[in-house]
Amino acid sequence: MKFAVISFPGSNCDYDMYYAIKDALQEEVEMISCDETSLDGFDAALIPGGFSYGDYLRSGAIAKFANIIPALIEFANANKPVLGVCNGFQILTEIGLLPGALQHNKSMSFISQIEPLTVVNNETLFTNLYKKGQHINIPIAHGEGNYYCDDAQLAELKSNNQIVFTYDNNPNGSCADIAGITNQAGNVLGMMPHPERAVETILGSEEGLTLFQSILKSFKGELNRVN
Amino acid sequence: MLTKPELSPQEIKDQKVYLEWGLTEEEYTTISKKLLGRLPNYTETGLFSGMWSEHCSYKNSKQVLKKFWTEGSRVLQGPGEGAGVLDIGDNQAVVFKAESHNHPSFVEPFQGSATGVGGIIRDIFSMGAKPVALLDSLRFGELSTPKNKYLLDQVVAGISHYGNSIGVPTIGGEIAFDASYDGNPLVNAMCVGLMDKDKLKSGVAKGEGNSIIYVGAKTGRDGINGASFASSEFSDGEDLNRSAVQVGDPFMEKLLVDACLEVIDKHSDILVGIQDMGACGLVSSSAEMASKAGSGLNLNLDLVPQREDHMTPYEIMLSESQERMVFCIKKGHEQEIFDVFKKYNLDAVTIGEVVNDGHYTLTHQGEVVCDIPTASLVDDVPEYQHVGQKPKHLLETKENFVPEVTDVAETLSKVLAQPTVASKESVFRQYDSRVQANTVVAPGSDAAVIRVRNTNKSLAMTMDSNARYIYLDPYIGGQIAVSESARNIVASGGTPIGITDCLNFGNPENDERFYEMDQSVQGISKACQTFDAPVISGNVSLYNETDKKAIYPTPVIGMVGLIEDNRHITTQDFKTAGDLVYVVGQTFDDFSGSEIQKMMTGEIYGSFDHFDLETEHHNQQLVSKAIKQNLVQSAHDLSEGGLGVALAESAFAQELGIKGKLDLTAAQLFSESQSRFVISIKPEHKSEFEALMQDSATLIGELTQEPTVDIKLADQHLIAQVSDLKNSWKDSLTCLMK
Repeated sequence: MKFAVISFPGSNCDYDMYYAIKDALQEEVEMISCDETSLDGFDAALIPGGFSYGDYLRSGAIAKFANIIPALIEFANANKPVLGVCNGFQILTEIGLLPGALQHNKSMSFISQIEPLTVVNNETLFTNLYKKGQHINIPIAHGEGNYYCDDAQLAELKSNNQIVFTYDNNPNGSCADIAGITNQAGNVLGMMPHPERAVETILGSEEGLTLFQSILKSFKGELNRVN
Repeated sequence: MLTKPELSPQEIKDQKVYLEWGLTEEEYTTISKKLLGRLPNYTETGLFSGMWSEHCSYKNSKQVLKKFWTEGSRVLQGPGEGAGVLDIGDNQAVVFKAESHNHPSFVEPFQGSATGVGGIIRDIFSMGAKPVALLDSLRFGELSTPKNKYLLDQVVAGISHYGNSIGVPTIGGEIAFDASYDGNPLVNAMCVGLMDKDKLKSGVAKGEGNSIIYVGAKTGRDGINGASFASSEFSDGEDLNRSAVQVGDPFMEKLLVDACLEVIDKHSDILVGIQDMGACGLVSSSAEMASKAGSGLNLNLDLVPQREDHMTPYEIMLSESQERMVFCIKKGHEQEIFDVFKKYNLDAVTIGEVVNDGHYTLTHQGEVVCDIPTASLVDDVPEYQHVGQKPKHLLETKENFVPEVTDVAETLSKVLAQPTVASKESVFRQYDSRVQANTVVAPGSDAAVIRVRNTNKSLAMTMDSNARYIYLDPYIGGQIAVSESARNIVASGGTPIGITDCLNFGNPENDERFYEMDQSVQGISKACQTFDAPVISGNVSLYNETDKKAIYPTPVIGMVGLIEDNRHITTQDFKTAGDLVYVVGQTFDDFSGSEIQKMMTGEIYGSFDHFDLETEHHNQQLVSKAIKQNLVQSAHDLSEGGLGVALAESAFAQELGIKGKLDLTAAQLFSESQSRFVISIKPEHKSEFEALMQDSATLIGELTQEPTVDIKLADQHLIAQVSDLKNSWKDSLTCLMK
């Protein structure tokens, strides 16, 4: 399986994501610049965390205009897996692949800590190896992770099972404790916690690796089904 | 902006403006009579004032800095370059340095601390290393004033802003409070980098005709002549200095790091030298690079990228705009550099060339505005010899303090809530400590640990100082500062390999302040030699006085240790009920400068009668051996607050209790005798551990599932709920900030 990590100027978790795939998942991965215009040949696209273009405006607001974005939208519409973590999640909401927006944390300060989460939906291509209701510990590190959507949207997220991860002790004020959601089709996941920082025991947790293994499993399952 | 016509050389002399810029009468005379043989013009006088400031020249501290021990088998680069470099084997090297940003952080705490972080990161990648970790040592006045709360809040926000955005994890450091830092907070930042040994670069400009290339952000009017400003004392009129503070842009610096590391990685053959533009901006970086090779430079200031109109040569050369670097590139290969920087949308411009005549020549709008020997800016700076005098407060004899502890549980709870001891989690959680996915031990344990990717090795690092001890005994206090850092490293499973330092002191022209610096440096140096941890870099921040009141002498030690095998990484947290708990080292009545002395009396005084460097080293080696023999479950160094605090801190994470006894008084639970650790081991290792430690370890008791600290002391029985102790430790800082 071949992964693309899309690096924007100011992305700073791009290599963390790259090594998570290369060393921990041990699959093929390539770092590509957001100046590229194609995702041809890739089976999954990963948008890493960081501060794209410095995030001096609303997070992700400038990244929205990068060359790669039309290709990314096309990739997502072709039902291929797209994962956005932290700044990647913010970018996915900016470009409309995911609903809602990420506001400043309720405390108005940056929060970096290991965060207990619950896997609410284990029937996605990103979470099929977790158990439903499983508690996992994944680090968070963000200043703008306070997920917001209006009531109608929230009702829709709930009824479509789009809420994938929730916080056990909501750290940032997110509505409905949301830590990660998918699009309606379930092939685009945005989440504030950093699974790529929890892929080796020496880093304190391997519980993020399961997410990448899930992507691989569903890719292989899909291949088998097609063949 | 209208610029006033510059004063003529004669007007500068007659109006003595050089005095305002920090040059003395004697220095001005040396420059005009001896070095130039004529009166310096406006630009030249400005360059001299910056380059001859303490911040750039170390003219008042060189005599002391020479006393540092800087040798050792691992040293690839000692003091004198952007940062020091140590060999860690497998063709890898660790690069580190600490730097102070005290004065700017007082005037504008957010940008002051942010640019402190930015500056120290540039020092690291200018050596060719990838920055992998940041630490900060902070000192503030007591949190009883709104101003100090504001300073803490904004300094932390600034560090968080810059470090998080650029993507270098902030993994440790320390914060302490004392009234002596009222009006003079300390903000010291340390950066650690990793590199392949054979890619080491230096800041040099040589080879006639080679190009001087300016890269990074454009030059503006921020921080003009900031180095002179940092080398003077504050007075109540400090607001006039606001323009001397720079503004940081971590996004720009992220691009700059990536671009520079690409040049070092892929174009090393054409890269003659690289240096960061730090204090005194373009003049210090370029002049220092040239002086190292005895070269001269011709620079055309019209080519310097500028973001403001009508900048004068004085402003262009002394601006401290951030995120800028200077390269010396082999003639004819400039385009390769331009191509790299274009990719990152950054400026890269040839602004001049190396010449062999030794002259530092600047042209601006067709006119030569400076033509002086390069050496006069760097090598000809006078060195001042000072003679120290023992401070008066050290001549007074007063009986050492021994506290009266009537309710040991209540006292322990109070000591845990002292802001210097209390949990700093509310601060650390604002720093991204895990970006780069190498962090093994995050802030909060003795030393932070990051693994070296693709090896089985890790680096432990810490920043430490106890200024109260140094105030009471600069020589012993200096030794203790290094010893405590080393204990932190050893407790985390590492071996100390080197230190960097920030020497924060008052006015060196005051004999008593000079004595403090001189004695503490000698103490530091002696301890470094004992632990085989040479001084490889550092900086000096003098004149930390406001209205003639000096800070405590505060040399901050940044130490790096090597963990040869990741299985040896050890944390301070107790792990499992049933494990046995020991204290390593002897406890005496050591309350001079202690947390409990300050808490109970509001002052500090007394002498250090029991510290011995050899015992310290011996105990560290024993603990190190025990860890390497896989006998140790947890290890915690004893420092502020003593044994009581260390036991409590170790119990907090898992909320385990401890049941046992100690042949110590309740007061001695708060003694700050040095050279001690709290260790827990599995019961099956009891005989092996005790055989190794001999008399150096004393069994306290065992860990219990029941979360109660239950220890029989010689004169009292300590019974306290771990949750109660934890609450007073955990919430204290947040409450004080309200």
